[in-house]
Amino acid sequence: MKTVIIKYNAGNIRSVQFALERLGVNGTVTDDHEEIMAADKVIFPGVGEASTAMQYLKERKLDEVIAGLKQPVLGICLGMQLLCKHSEENDTKCIGIFDVDVKRFQSPVENLLKIPQIGWNNITGLHSVVFEHVPENAYMYFVHSYYAALGADTVAITNYVINYSAALQKDNFYAVQFHPEKSAVAGARIIENFLNL
Amino acid sequence: MLTKRIIPCLDIKDGRTVKGINFENIRDAGDPIELGALYAEQGADELVFLDITATNERRKTLAELVTGIARHVNIPFTVGGGISSVEDVYVLLQSGADKISVNTSAFKDPALVDRLAREFGSQCIVLAIDTRFEDGDWYVYLNGGRVKTEVKAFDWAKEAVGRGAGEILLTSMNNDGTKKGFALDITGQMAQHLNVPVIASGGAGTMEHFTDVFENAQADAALAASIFHYKEIEIPALKTFLYSKGVNVRF
Repeated sequence: MKTVIIKYNAGNIRSVQFALERLGVNGTVTDDHEEIMAADKVIFPGVGEASTAMQYLKERKLDEVIAGLKQPVLGICLGMQLLCKHSEENDTKCIGIFDVDVKRFQSPVENLLKIPQIGWNNITGLHSVVFEHVPENAYMYFVHSYYAALGADTVAITNYVINYSAALQKDNFYAVQFHPEKSAVAGARIIENFLNL
Repeated sequence: MLTKRIIPCLDIKDGRTVKGINFENIRDAGDPIELGALYAEQGADELVFLDITATNERRKTLAELVTGIARHVNIPFTVGGGISSVEDVYVLLQSGADKISVNTSAFKDPALVDRLAREFGSQCIVLAIDTRFEDGDWYVYLNGGRVKTEVKAFDWAKEAVGRGAGEILLTSMNNDGTKKGFALDITGQMAQHLNVPVIASGGAGTMEHFTDVFENAQADAALAASIFHYKEIEIPALKTFLYSKGVNVRF
């Protein structure tokens, strides 16, 4: 089995690679179209800013490669947001696998809501194979200022003043807003479930 | 619901943990990787590694250590100590650190905070402040608490947040080492008036001190070193206690 991690200008690739290594899996970091298309599993990670990341992907036609993938794909954090339709972050048109918009957290009262959300929050309403043996209300590590709204593809929900999509799934595309690679044992389980698809 | 975070802090010198650490269930208590992994297993929510190495070799040793930690520890961690440039931060993040903390270098060159936030995002820039209460207010101290400034801690924190700091790690020098509790007033002032998380540090001695800093000062996270290293308080017991007091924590 070959697992690739898509290489682009958004950080945290090393952490994902180490998380795979802890599961005994070698993750190849690449932006080569053929290599990505030939892989058994594709991980699309990311920490960064949406418009810069999209521009980088477009210049290399990686957006088209990702949209055309038929094998299981796991988007993480910014990777998940870029798989949505549109992001409010610098008004960015995204890849559009999931029919939901990405919006910025808004504090209802000044300073009530700290933005970005940083820390451990629970996920509920789990209904995806990637959550097998992951208990309802499991805690995951989140770091983000923008969130994907709820939609038909929502397979896990988190609350940070409002309810939003902690995870999305459609066909072969799986995506999580939190960082499974940094979410202790429960996070590792999600990555393992994805690798076992 | 977002939980309150418990963060053990490990001081590092030449790639080894400083201070005699009393753990019989690990092979090498001086190995930051093994100790970090143990804390993660016990339920620590994050780790902070503070490098106090002064030699020229420190950069390379630290980057190698960070890679080792990232390889073996499955929770987020921050690296601090002597970081003063975009290049330093780039190397540490590339090595696998989730966040870095800056202190004296940022105070001396506040534009460093802007540059780091622009380059890497606010979410990985932690501003560490050492502060002491005297003459009726909390003042910023530099160089590990050796150099006094005339700037008030709240004013500096507010400016740094405006420049892009994503979290504040606030250490009260009055409380540090006393085991008499965290500095609730300045922690509360920052936690309630700044739009970023505040990590309280200095003074933890009992489990009640953690309840106080979360409930009364609304700190987002609490950091401690010796009480964890000497097992005066163990993380699973602390979390059970906090939960029983109605504090939202992760299990």
